[in-house]
Amino acid sequence: MLRETVLLAFREIRRNVLRSSLTILGIVIGVAAVITMVTLGGGATAQVASDIAKLGTNLLQVRPGQARRGHSGTRSTGDMFKEDDAEAIAREISGLAAVAPTASQTTQAIFGNKNWSTAATGSTNSYLRVRDWPLENGRQFTSGELRAGKAVCILGATVRKELFGGQNPIGATIRLGKLSCQVIGVLESKGQSSFGTDRDDFVLIPLRTLHRRITGNTDVSRIYVSAQDGVSTKKVEQDVERLMRERRHIASGKEDDFHVRDMQELVSTMTGTTRVLTGLLGAVAAVSLLVGGIGIMNIMLVSVTERTREIGIRLAVGALERDVLMQFLVEAVVLSSFGGLIGIVLGVAAAAVGARLLAVPFIFDPGIVVIAFVFSAAVGVIFGYFPARQAGQMDPIEALRHE
Amino acid sequence: MNTTPSEQISKSPLIELKGVAKVYGKGRAAMHALRGIDLRIDHGEFVAVMGPSGSGKSTCMNILGCLDTPSAGAYLFDGVDAGELSRDQRALLRRNYLGFVFQGFNLLNRTSALENVELPLIYRGTPTGERRACALRALEAVGLKGWETHTPGELSGGQQQRVAIARAIVTNPKVLLADEPTGNLDSACSREIMEVLAAFNSERGITIALVTHDADMAAYAKRIIRFLDGIIDSEEQNGGTP
Repeated sequence: MLRETVLLAFREIRRNVLRSSLTILGIVIGVAAVITMVTLGGGATAQVASDIAKLGTNLLQVRPGQARRGHSGTRSTGDMFKEDDAEAIAREISGLAAVAPTASQTTQAIFGNKNWSTAATGSTNSYLRVRDWPLENGRQFTSGELRAGKAVCILGATVRKELFGGQNPIGATIRLGKLSCQVIGVLESKGQSSFGTDRDDFVLIPLRTLHRRITGNTDVSRIYVSAQDGVSTKKVEQDVERLMRERRHIASGKEDDFHVRDMQELVSTMTGTTRVLTGLLGAVAAVSLLVGGIGIMNIMLVSVTERTREIGIRLAVGALERDVLMQFLVEAVVLSSFGGLIGIVLGVAAAAVGARLLAVPFIFDPGIVVIAFVFSAAVGVIFGYFPARQAGQMDPIEALRHE
Repeated sequence: MNTTPSEQISKSPLIELKGVAKVYGKGRAAMHALRGIDLRIDHGEFVAVMGPSGSGKSTCMNILGCLDTPSAGAYLFDGVDAGELSRDQRALLRRNYLGFVFQGFNLLNRTSALENVELPLIYRGTPTGERRACALRALEAVGLKGWETHTPGELSGGQQQRVAIARAIVTNPKVLLADEPTGNLDSACSREIMEVLAAFNSERGITIALVTHDADMAAYAKRIIRFLDGIIDSEEQNGGTP
């Protein structure tokens, strides 16, 4: 009986190919939209997570100024750190892999007739360790260069491209503002960050070189601290906070005038944000599924009216209310599931293309495919039920008289 | 499924109407289609119901066919009070014991003759192979061998009505109810249809109740009942030969 009902539904759908296709269009679009949105959103979330993970998840950033903002107008910026703050952290806190004090200054990088505005970042070799950033070419600073503040530099991939094009920059001398400095290395490219900034657009020089030859002060604007594997970043964070409060003479009960940022926190914040956005987009797309369901109901009602006589005949030869109801319900469900299947194919394809265009990873999630399919079938049941019940409850005499 | 207690007590009537009345609408707008009908139809009878338009004969057929229920009185089908049955129970009664032939044929369009005939068997849950064989036999019995794959649109009126008859008898019903089966046909086709019906009555013993305007068609029946204004006006025995 069920087999006949399903076959009948297929035949009825085939009879009105154009109408059936238009009927399921809403479901197709709805399912495709949900799948595309959720898949792309999932890809973006993964992208953000992996971007931040590239910074190193056991990485902490210590910066002057308060982290919380907004609830008072008197947000103190806090004094800059000095190099010995970083040394103190390295000396007094256990379980650390590396500590990198950094300071930065916007400057012009000039080579020959090429001119590029970039950031001169002063730090030590630890910077490359904490950022997990290998050299593509050349070498790191020597300890002598670091100690003496020699005029040597390591180029970010963007600066290298802008100044040297295809040439080998190692050994060349470039100017950073008024400072002439020799290129000793080139960093590998990290590309764009998920915040949209170019991470390769800077020149790394020894911290002391920056202090003495460019900024003229001894400020350290940021200290990167990376914990050893297996050491809790939470514990390191607390240790750093305690040490810095001590060094900066902050009385107990007073707020910090610096903050320590844990990358893992950042990961969860950022991925949380993209997840909420994904959910929101998915919900908007789900509305179109609902609209698709109403489309199915509309056409099923028309179909029931058109086929009144057929319903009368079926009832006369002994079909139960249930039989007729099932016939139309199965038809609605077959229609909507079919729409769901097409929508899944289109959605996955659109997500694959979209992922490439947006440069996010394409992550196929079978869960959302199953959910989308079940949902589209459910739409058929819910929106097909009312017309099907109308068909089943028809009076056979009236139905047979219907022209 | 086809054996009921009445076949052992074959003296009891197959169909019995006791004071059946049918009122449509309410109050002043009420229309009394039937005003108290008493009627017995025995196993194997061929009864023709005649009467002018509005005399209640179609209403009576609808009640006999369990498509409608009486407002008052009782309809006993094989001893069962059909007026007391639920909608689904009446559908089951139609499915298992009744066959219908309508004036307008009422075949499914764009569906082959064979599939039209198979329709009642689908609801009976007959397996596909057996269903096909029964439908082919029924079509052959009405003289439509070779027309199985034609749709109603490809058949003449007389052929369409034969398909409808095949559909009505494919389940071996106890009663075949024919509501003006020849109303849309010319006289030659009408006679052919009546001969098919008369043959099923005499050869298979299927009880037939026929509504008709046409005295020539009623002449095929063995008993003629005349309706007038919702009551039975007269009743006469007939030889069964036109």
